[in-house]
Amino acid sequence: MKKLLVALLALAFVFPAAAFGADTIKIGFNIPLTGDIPKVGEMSKDAAELLKEKINGAGGLAVGGKKYMLDFVYVDNEAKPESAVNAALKLIEGEKVLAMVGPQGSGRAVPAGEVANNNKTVMVSAWSTNPKTTENRPFVFRACFLDDFQGPTAAKFATGELKAKTAAVLFAVDQDYSKGISEFFKKAFEKTAGPGSVVAYETFTTKDVDFSAQLTKIIKAKPDVLFVPQYYNEVPLIVKQARELGYKGPILGSDSWGSAELMNLCGDDCKGLFFVTHFAAAGAKGATKEFIDAFNAKFKQIPDDVGALTWDATGMILAAIQKMGAISGDLAKDREGVRAAMSTMTGYDGITGKMSFDGKTGDPIKCAVIVKIDDKGEFTFHESVCP
Amino acid sequence: MLETVIQQALNALQLGSYYSLIALGYCLVYGVLLLINFAHGDIFMVGAYIAFFAATFIMGQHAFIPANVSPLAQIACTGFFAIILTASAAYIIGRVTREGFRQTRAFKLLIGGLFVLFSLLVYFLGKGFVLPKGADRWVVMGATVPLTMLLTAAVGIFIERVAYRPLRQKGANRLYVVITALMMGIILEYGNLSALGASRIPFPPLIKTAIFEIAGVTVTNLKLISIGVAFAVFGLLQWIVTRTKLGMAMRAVSYDKFAVPLMGIPLDIIIVFTFFLGSSMAGLAGMLYAMNFPVLDPFMGALVGWKAFVAAVVGGIGDIRGAFVGGFLLAILEIVVAAVFSSELRDLISFTILLGILTMKPTGLFGTAKTTKI
Repeated sequence: MKKLLVALLALAFVFPAAAFGADTIKIGFNIPLTGDIPKVGEMSKDAAELLKEKINGAGGLAVGGKKYMLDFVYVDNEAKPESAVNAALKLIEGEKVLAMVGPQGSGRAVPAGEVANNNKTVMVSAWSTNPKTTENRPFVFRACFLDDFQGPTAAKFATGELKAKTAAVLFAVDQDYSKGISEFFKKAFEKTAGPGSVVAYETFTTKDVDFSAQLTKIIKAKPDVLFVPQYYNEVPLIVKQARELGYKGPILGSDSWGSAELMNLCGDDCKGLFFVTHFAAAGAKGATKEFIDAFNAKFKQIPDDVGALTWDATGMILAAIQKMGAISGDLAKDREGVRAAMSTMTGYDGITGKMSFDGKTGDPIKCAVIVKIDDKGEFTFHESVCP
Repeated sequence: MLETVIQQALNALQLGSYYSLIALGYCLVYGVLLLINFAHGDIFMVGAYIAFFAATFIMGQHAFIPANVSPLAQIACTGFFAIILTASAAYIIGRVTREGFRQTRAFKLLIGGLFVLFSLLVYFLGKGFVLPKGADRWVVMGATVPLTMLLTAAVGIFIERVAYRPLRQKGANRLYVVITALMMGIILEYGNLSALGASRIPFPPLIKTAIFEIAGVTVTNLKLISIGVAFAVFGLLQWIVTRTKLGMAMRAVSYDKFAVPLMGIPLDIIIVFTFFLGSSMAGLAGMLYAMNFPVLDPFMGALVGWKAFVAAVVGGIGDIRGAFVGGFLLAILEIVVAAVFSSELRDLISFTILLGILTMKPTGLFGTAKTTKI
């Protein structure tokens, strides 16, 4: 009797794995469900659940002519680096997932990426913008672009849509983020519009509020566009002073503009301006709009950058599995297969833009979204610009 | 080329007007008390916040009594503010009237009457004013300026009363008073941070910005107002200090603090008046600054305050002309360096030049070696 019970119990544990093992695909999520930024975890989980529902509702994911159901495992990393490492280990060795999504922030993604790479498991961070996350780690990928990429994108938008022949840049010289983007913008703009086309390249230091000397110089140089890759607390002052000193041209920004605080501080002055970012909820079209509507209907809120990027990160993994052809059942072999498929993926059509990997790095070549601040002060989708 | 020079000169004049207004406050207090009031930059910050609350209150965006709560909560709110007002009034009345008046029946009746009066005032005015849409913003500004100056002056006098006067009366060394001033500044900054949070506050546009373009030079009405106010305030202070009886008393205190009470000059009142003048100028500067740079944060006064202090020292601290000229000198240096070289070198070069001036003339441009200051 006792033996039978043990056998039954053992069977009960083995059964699901035995019965569905071949027909399910297990993806792990290493996300902050508690801690300082639980909103990030909530958005990621909601987006993933939505995707799972969509695919499982349609009968599963077709890989090599066979349908597989999706099984998503969410592990909380408490927004702490050490917890993120443990969560990654738990997913890789305990849950034996095929691939992982997250951690989202760079602070957690950099150490967790090390673990994923050492254990030869694909990890896709949706939101980490620090170059170190994917550096020299063939198994680690991301779904967003790097900070460096925004400069060339802004330059392309300026020379293309805005038809700018000359440009000026004003940035804080003591902020790595702004300085990096400005340098890349200058390089890209001068490549397109010719040497010397960046007619003014002015700097200030953080905490400055009076930009009149720099702006007077800029306006004197008569640029067609002014690029300001600054944060939302500096942008209103710069925009206002530029207008007061007689600048009438367009002003262009980077993803640091994308805070609800911007319009609170800037008011009417910022209406009609553009900035580069990952994703825009208002005015989206096509698949992006479908995602936003479905998300809003189910969770009663508008998804943010993290939600949309998580959807794409997960979608990319699934696309890589499909591209791989067939699942062998040998976990190590399948994980390597996903990595190979992922690293050469081209033209994945995500809701935050088309993404491709060049086989050398885990950083996608993808389009950025240009957001226009409309007359109501909302950030609306204007167009996507590709490198 | 010429219009660029004129444009940059206007930029420098605008920046200089804030430095000058703050430097004047440093200078007045130092001139009378030989005390460097390091909290002055933060009084300037408080002035900007007071201007924000005064302006939004007058425009009906802020109120002491929230409109959409139950009547009971409104009455509780009214009572709270009325009690504070009545208590301060009772304190002042008790101080200025003769001994024993506080025990009389008339005093109690007076306080009761005041309480009713304050309650009514708070209840009817505390809901904020609702200006008709499109009402002339000049009216708002006209009301905000005196309100801001008075309230900021009250903050300055309060700080003098609780932080500096007790030390002075105990005969503490001036060094301790200076350290107290530094602490007061930090208390103001972090008090504000904890009360209002770290997020920036947008200052509402009080008057419509008009941009004038004359021969390639662009100037706004705000810029002209700032520059004009700085000159007017300088003229007024110079007149008060050199031509009025109060000014004479201030100079006398500066000359000999111990002989002055013997001549029948009330020392404390003169000192309070000095703080009143200095802090109200800081309040005015804070308001003008907020109108031109409409993003307020709790630490906005620290850096500007330091720079204005340096300007006052270079001008010759204790001399009103020195503070005024020093403020503009620093602004001109900053703008010229940023315009000709680059902004990274701005503070380096401008402060090196100021250091050079001080090495050659240690008492500052207008300073005289240890005679009467102010």
